[in-house]
Amino acid sequence: MPAPIRLRELIRTIRTARTQAEEREMIQKECAAIRSSFREEDNTYRCRNVAKLLYMHMLGYPAHFGQLECLKLIASQKFTDKRIGYLGAMLLLDERQDVHLLMTNCIKNDLNHSTQYVQGLALCTLGCMGSSEMCRDLAGEVEKLLKTSNSYLRKKAALCAVHVIRKVPELMEMFLPATKNLLSEKNHGVLHTSVVLLTEMCERSPDMLAHFRKLVPQLVRILKNLIMSGYSPEHDVSGISDPFLQVRILRLLRILGKNDDDSSEAMNDILAQVATNTETSKNVGNAILYETVLTIMDIKSESGLRVLAINILGRFLLNNDKNIRYVALTSLLKTVQTDHNAVQRHRSTIVDCLKDLDVSIKRRAMELSFALVNGNNIRGMMKELLYFLDSCDPEFKADCASGVFLAAEKYAPSKRWHIDTIMRVLTTAGSYVRDDSVPNLIQLITNSVEMHAYTVQRLYKALLDDISQQPLVQVASWCIGEYGDLLVSGQCEEEEPIQVTEDEVLDVLEGLLVSNLSTPVTRGYALTAIMKLSTRFSSVNRIKKVVSIYGSSIDVELQQRAVEYNALFKKYDHMRSALLERMPIMEKTASNGPTEIVQTNGETEPSVVEPKHPPPVTQPTNQATDLLDLLGGNDMVSVIQTTVPTKPASAGGELLDLLGDLSLSGIPPITAYNKNGLKIDFTFERANPNPNIAVITIHASNSTETDMTDFVFQAAVPKTFQLQLLSPSSNVVPALNQGTVTQVIRVLNPQKQQLRMRIKLTYTHRGSAVQDLAEVNNFPPQSWQ
Amino acid sequence: MLRFLLLFSRQGKLRLQKWFTPLSDREKKKVIRDMMMLVLPRLPRTCNFLHWKDLKIVYKRYASLYFCAGLEDQDNELLALEVLHRYVELLDKYFGNVCELDIIFNFEKAYFILDEFLMGGEILETSRFAVGVSMEEADTLQETMEEYMSKPAY
Repeated sequence: MPAPIRLRELIRTIRTARTQAEEREMIQKECAAIRSSFREEDNTYRCRNVAKLLYMHMLGYPAHFGQLECLKLIASQKFTDKRIGYLGAMLLLDERQDVHLLMTNCIKNDLNHSTQYVQGLALCTLGCMGSSEMCRDLAGEVEKLLKTSNSYLRKKAALCAVHVIRKVPELMEMFLPATKNLLSEKNHGVLHTSVVLLTEMCERSPDMLAHFRKLVPQLVRILKNLIMSGYSPEHDVSGISDPFLQVRILRLLRILGKNDDDSSEAMNDILAQVATNTETSKNVGNAILYETVLTIMDIKSESGLRVLAINILGRFLLNNDKNIRYVALTSLLKTVQTDHNAVQRHRSTIVDCLKDLDVSIKRRAMELSFALVNGNNIRGMMKELLYFLDSCDPEFKADCASGVFLAAEKYAPSKRWHIDTIMRVLTTAGSYVRDDSVPNLIQLITNSVEMHAYTVQRLYKALLDDISQQPLVQVASWCIGEYGDLLVSGQCEEEEPIQVTEDEVLDVLEGLLVSNLSTPVTRGYALTAIMKLSTRFSSVNRIKKVVSIYGSSIDVELQQRAVEYNALFKKYDHMRSALLERMPIMEKTASNGPTEIVQTNGETEPSVVEPKHPPPVTQPTNQATDLLDLLGGNDMVSVIQTTVPTKPASAGGELLDLLGDLSLSGIPPITAYNKNGLKIDFTFERANPNPNIAVITIHASNSTETDMTDFVFQAAVPKTFQLQLLSPSSNVVPALNQGTVTQVIRVLNPQKQQLRMRIKLTYTHRGSAVQDLAEVNNFPPQSWQ
Repeated sequence: MLRFLLLFSRQGKLRLQKWFTPLSDREKKKVIRDMMMLVLPRLPRTCNFLHWKDLKIVYKRYASLYFCAGLEDQDNELLALEVLHRYVELLDKYFGNVCELDIIFNFEKAYFILDEFLMGGEILETSRFAVGVSMEEADTLQETMEEYMSKPAY
């Protein structure tokens, strides 16, 4: 068996491959050779083979068959083997596989090896990938090594201890004694890793934090020595002595000084010294200054020091180096809440950063600018931010637009300014505005009563220019629908009123309906707007025509709306003006605005929640016409079901839940129907805001042995009443009274007449269809008085 | 602490991957892909810092190699740049005028050097000489000279 090819040889060969396929072929060939070599338990070349496997793994090929080989290498006596074995373990094994536990014993032995480099390998592997079980088993060994005088081992043991604590926090206590004289070391490696260990312990345990506070003077001394010390070639970086250690000490001081007056006082001087004396021409100096600023801001420093810190950040903002500007903006963002005034002083520099070419900086500057907006600077800031919105990349536009809306809402100096700002955002970044902005804006516009004419005029003009930005178009259509009368009568006070006729307005709205640019939601808005104008404009016939055309639209949503509006014209004309009248001022619900009044899919049906309006009239179904035919002779008015029975409306659902108990309201329930095993009970409740509405829940139960399926309940009431039937809980009435079908009926009885009802039941039972009619006359007086 | 350190070429070839937290193979591949997608298209004179998920990403290009590290929120980004620079210096000292080929053909050495400089995502040794000394001494312990010691002809 010839010796397997050398690592370097393999690398060179693989690099000559010209295609991916060629490379794969080479790799597969070599893997096969390696596998057979592993099978032969070849000790001499195992190391070489695993090294090759690691290279192929880096290229992205599977190497799991080498895992056990790594363990064998670790167990070998040869240093070369161990080195590659441990590397392989760190690359190929992870704590998810049980295989890794086999390492534990080897590591334990190697931790006690006579050669420090072997011990180092073991510590390194444990400290990088040791699982919780391994850490538990070997923590004692690590703790022992933490106390050794060998600085090479001590520093590694310290970071290994950090890893152990991260994995198994309960073991933290056992390392406490070993930390006693860690800081008296001269070796920078040990010092640095010790500070890291102390930091980790203080972050995890308030007791440790309190215990280590006494180290503050020592830390201050070490830091001072670093700053004052002369040039040391091994630790110097651009004239600064061991910046890594300095930064780490500053970070530990931050944790120790937080919320503690004495500690903060003890570090005041050194912080001031570092802040003023550090060389700022290179990145390394600025790294230290940055950490110093973070520390000053976090501890209980005196105000002079805080001002110094913010000024350093201000200077950072003017630095040529982008990284430093970025870091400054990030830090200012963190401090803007607590030191608002100090940060405000740098506002103009921050705003200038909006024009920076770097994307990361622009984003930070934008966030910070929004944080700085207040009642005093709103006009100026908004000008800059709107300019930014115009010219920024699309990835920013959505966030910027939202930020502008929020800021405008909080600090708008006048309603007109507010509307103008919104208009500006909609026209420049209209397609990036978030969906929920549309209802929020509509609510805002509604509530600015004196600005209605101005708003609708401006929106109309914007529509004439551009109909591609959907949020703008939606808000504009809604406003034109609401305030079209103001538009046509030229009542605008704020600016020169434009001359526009009813036909021109309807042209624009109809244009939206047919345009390819309009989304289905927008079309819905436009159609509703046209409908609303039927009570505000005189050209009702034109509107009727449009509405009837869309009654056969392919878009189901539009079709439904058109059919409903058609019905409004035909059968419910007497209700039309009431239904379509001006919207009242909406109350804001949560901070996000009136989500219950204006649904986020853009619907703004005027009928949804307002209790003052009569209950909504919805789509007439075929069942309703059947009922009409059926009840033709009488002067009963038919009533229509709302949605398909399979989808219960949420309002109905809640009511159903509420009325689970039969005798809730003190009005006695009645049995409305009881025949052929089907029993229907009525329970009553008064609807809360409007005492003229009685809420009746029917409970249908079935005492026969077979289910009643396709169960449909219909009801009709005399003309002076109005009735709304919500969706039933299901349309199967289970046999043997195992369950009930419930359905809610709302009856409006403004004239307080005696309630009568005619009901029709249809269902399938034992394979045949059943139908029955009945009258219900035994309503208790409390239900309608 | 650092969460990971990656070295990759301009063409998107991975040259070194050091992970300081346990991740599955699939997660690692995803991180590598994401980092390459974020870093490679960046223009020359832009900021060296990025945000990715909840981490700060610091990257620096040295000749044909990108050095890319993932930091946690409390870590100092400016110092991370110094950490990357120090690692390059250490490689340079060890290999003598290091180039990408050195790291390709001697990747295991690059790992050994890294393991003398960082451990568990934290800096282990701040002295630029100490790492070189440890490497030299450890190298002398290697039994087979021909395997790794000679500088290869590419």
